[in-house]
Amino acid sequence: MSAGGIRPSQPFPDAARETLQDAQMRRNLRHATTTIREKRLQAVAELPYWEDLRTQGAAIKDVVLDNLAEHLLTLEASVKRLGGHVHWAQNAEEAQRLVADLVAAHGVSEVIKVKSISTDEIELNAALEARGIHATETDLAELIVQLAEDRPSHILVPAIHKNRAEIRELFRRKLGAQLLTDDPKVLAEAARVYLREKFLATKVAISGANFAIADTGTVCIVESEGNGRMCLTLPEVLISVMGIEKVLPTWPDIAPFMQLLPRSSTAERMNPYTSFWSGVTPGDGPQEFHLILLDNGRTDVLADAVGRETLRCIRCSACLNVCPVYERTGGHAYGSVYPGPIGAILTPQLLQLDDANANSLPWASSLCGACYDACPVKINIPEILIYLRGQITPHKTPNVESIAMKTAAWIFNESYRFEGAIKLARTGQGPLVQHGAVRALPGMLGGWTSSRNLPPFPPQSFRELWRKEEQREQ
Amino acid sequence: MKIDLFITCLNDALFPQTGLAMARLLRRLGHTVRFNEAQTCCGQMHFNTGYQAEALPLIRKFVQDFQDAEVIVAPSGSCVAFVRDLYPKAAEWAGDEALLAQVRELGKRTFELSEFLVNVLGIEDVGASYPHRVTYHPTCHAARLLRVGDAPLRLLRNVRGLSLVELPASDQCCGFGGTFSVKNPETSTAMLADKVQNVMGTRAEVCTAGDNSCLMHIGGGLSRLQSGTGVVHLAEILASVESGNTDVLDTARVSAEGLV
Repeated sequence: MSAGGIRPSQPFPDAARETLQDAQMRRNLRHATTTIREKRLQAVAELPYWEDLRTQGAAIKDVVLDNLAEHLLTLEASVKRLGGHVHWAQNAEEAQRLVADLVAAHGVSEVIKVKSISTDEIELNAALEARGIHATETDLAELIVQLAEDRPSHILVPAIHKNRAEIRELFRRKLGAQLLTDDPKVLAEAARVYLREKFLATKVAISGANFAIADTGTVCIVESEGNGRMCLTLPEVLISVMGIEKVLPTWPDIAPFMQLLPRSSTAERMNPYTSFWSGVTPGDGPQEFHLILLDNGRTDVLADAVGRETLRCIRCSACLNVCPVYERTGGHAYGSVYPGPIGAILTPQLLQLDDANANSLPWASSLCGACYDACPVKINIPEILIYLRGQITPHKTPNVESIAMKTAAWIFNESYRFEGAIKLARTGQGPLVQHGAVRALPGMLGGWTSSRNLPPFPPQSFRELWRKEEQREQ
Repeated sequence: MKIDLFITCLNDALFPQTGLAMARLLRRLGHTVRFNEAQTCCGQMHFNTGYQAEALPLIRKFVQDFQDAEVIVAPSGSCVAFVRDLYPKAAEWAGDEALLAQVRELGKRTFELSEFLVNVLGIEDVGASYPHRVTYHPTCHAARLLRVGDAPLRLLRNVRGLSLVELPASDQCCGFGGTFSVKNPETSTAMLADKVQNVMGTRAEVCTAGDNSCLMHIGGGLSRLQSGTGVVHLAEILASVESGNTDVLDTARVSAEGLV
């Protein structure tokens, strides 16, 4: 089941403890992220105006966010004018019901899907299954995840945690494919044979949207395999579920993103397939088109002056590929269809900072800043992480940490208290120091000494030594 | 130039030799050095961990402690980045316009040691001598927030007797991240393991950096593995001179007291 939703089932440190033990997954991830990291740097270096593009991309997104309602209403009017239907979904349940009702109205029990994170966000596949409708994922990686009854672990490469041998075994088991090797070509061919039948036989397709242009009513999907184009052209009915932040005001606004997105995500100059469609055209493509505009927490994110920058995200996944935490823990540790640095800020915000497990995500970062450098729309992820920590912490019940932090702040507020605290720590550390190092700390701090030694407090602090030197000077 | 030392709480309490080395170096270069004893902590730990209400008084205190300073120099890219990059954010988020104006102005006078030497003073050769095999870890905040670039490397390349070896995947975070190392110890350790392996692979005697917090982390891992590779702050390397050192602040004496 590739539907994953955005509610983590446990706090990040606990989930990470589990995923870190999967050595195979860590090897797979390290290999994949290292490769794409280097490729992205090359692709970006080819454009001397890359920084200007980033600035432009961020500025366009900010214009959108400043007047989101207006652009969405324009989009709605344009799509309707061109023969499409527009629906508004406030939350996941509403969106699920809208899609399921539309599918049921056509009396079918099978749909095909273009890879879409927004439909994963609302756990659409499971909701459809509950209504007796089976959705088949047509993106190769999504199909792998679906067949394995696994969860996606990456925005762009949902099966990044799996290697070829594992996929070969899966296809043998689930598709009955006779696979002589685990050559990617052979694996892809097996999926192609399976999917072709689905493309030709299925009446209803479901997609997400990368962008939608308000004034022309044009929806856009960017993809690599061509399966998306098959879904967007062959079936009779097309239902697209789009996060409301994906709207762009005018046609020229999409230009910078056509450069920013492929280079940031797959390190390609241009992605192989870009599909644009505007409403319906008699005799060409689906004859019925529904656009579902999904809120699901986004207007709450928009209302926050600092956090709203998160909605600039174009789901390129560059931040995942450069993140040292993601590289080690993998996407599953984040417990949401949005993993990595962007997930650490998006997931808790979409849940209105009300979900205790999701609220652990802003701490799942060493604040190294690599994500901010990589982001094609300049989302200052480290800053938003810190901001969210500040929003969440005051609402927690007092604990050992908060008492320690408050005590530390009180000590730091006067230099004589600070000096006294150092002296006290120096006296008190005695039993902890062995062979010149602290090797085991009690309580919360034990996390440090599980793998690292700590230097002991020296006989004199800087200020004590300095004072002596100054006296000697005079 | 009159320089105010910003010693940072961690350096004051655990690594006094670094502050002394920095003071000695700046005096050797002909500058007047002052240490305002009222200073304690910039508030980064509180702010970054989510205790922003507790950090604000520390930020205001820092502004007060350093209001008369001509320039402020610290042996920590992270704390300087916090002052320069996040103090304005802290003031903005608190809606304190007066504080915002003060910290913007303060940020322009606050420097990390290597960028101060290379970019402000225009010095790349500080006359140091350190005959050892050394590898350099660029710390995240110095590299990505302060953009110190190759300033530390330029300084190291001019140190007599020093053989500089490149650290593979040097731009990768060591996994310290302040309270991250305690709140997510397993993930932090996984990051550290790769860093330590890369450091050991260089066969350097010493791994250096511009931040004792990261070095405490990397050094803690190296020490646990009994690797034989030590960590030394960049300031201490730059302050080292050939024997016959007659400087007022004598790190050799400090070492004898058991600090190193």
